[in-house]
Amino acid sequence: MSAEGSGDDGWKDQLYKRLRDADITIFAHVPDAGHARLIDLCDADPEAISVPLTTEAEGIGICAGAHLGGKRAVLLQQSSGVGNCINQLSLIQHGQFPFLTYVSMRGEFGEGNPWQYAMGQAVQPTLEAMGVHVMTARSPADITAMTEAALTMAFQSERAVAILMSQRLLGAKKF
Amino acid sequence: MSEPKYVLKRAEAVPKLIGNADDFLIIAGLAGPAKDIGGMIGDAPNAFKFGGAMGGAVACALGLALAQPSKRVLCITGDGDLLMSMGSLAMIGALKPSNLSVVCVDNGLYQETGGQASHTSKGVDLAMIAAGSGFPVTRDVQGEEDIEEAAGVLRQSNSPAFVLLRVDSSEAPSSKRNLHAAETKVAFRQALLGVR
Repeated sequence: MSAEGSGDDGWKDQLYKRLRDADITIFAHVPDAGHARLIDLCDADPEAISVPLTTEAEGIGICAGAHLGGKRAVLLQQSSGVGNCINQLSLIQHGQFPFLTYVSMRGEFGEGNPWQYAMGQAVQPTLEAMGVHVMTARSPADITAMTEAALTMAFQSERAVAILMSQRLLGAKKF
Repeated sequence: MSEPKYVLKRAEAVPKLIGNADDFLIIAGLAGPAKDIGGMIGDAPNAFKFGGAMGGAVACALGLALAQPSKRVLCITGDGDLLMSMGSLAMIGALKPSNLSVVCVDNGLYQETGGQASHTSKGVDLAMIAAGSGFPVTRDVQGEEDIEEAAGVLRQSNSPAFVLLRVDSSEAPSSKRNLHAAETKVAFRQALLGVR
């Protein structure tokens, strides 16, 4: 299934545990192969709330509303969904809300579906144009280090942070 | 086919429907609904009022409701704002948080941009869409006599509730609102949580 990617999914379980240890209890998500393990773990966790979105844009409101209510949320989405979020990120930037999103990437390393490149290549510049700090993880070690950094940036410094999960990490879908 | 003419005036009907705003944590959508709430309670910190990010109020209210399950959350939105976020009704219908009520003040107009007709003035029924999205309780308020019962529905605690408030084209009350969301966010959290 994977063109490259890490065959060991243990890092996904460790990532979920780290997010839960950081008091993130609300996981907003759209269906996605790259995030499937995290979504499954959340669905099975009685102390966490799994929020299936109809569009990624709703995840912005969910995260902001959760912060107003004193809880921590995270948005799990695919690169194509980032485009749906752009105007809603006004709320995050103008309101100085903490914001953390993990973006499973398409349209980059090893992509076989040419439709994916337009938005995939626009993810970083559009997020940065809306004031979101962007980091790209290409290995499990990157995920670990970037998650530590992002938790501090988002929930201590009240910044908006996106961690892009490259197909180099996740594996490129075969076409 | 002539469209029905609605008679309620939002400046009177919204305060009557919501009643004591202290019963709720409130998320108000941009433009008319934010002015409705501003006219009722000014910048009181139990309300967070949007001034942009159109289409985001309903999702924000759901996030708040999930974070504060013991408090009743009220989202007040307009027809234009809700037409842009109809999927959020499906999200609520799927999760069915018991502490979230949504009021849509429907004047059939994009009043903020010059009064262009909205889809609801051409037959789109947002109360039916809410029911079809899985809201167990919906009301379609068109006259004075419907308001009191709907006010009770907003406060029932068994399920999410949706109230469509059909109003005429009269303006929302003008009020000076704090449009700096970083400040109103902190005020909201200070009042609710005691932290910034």
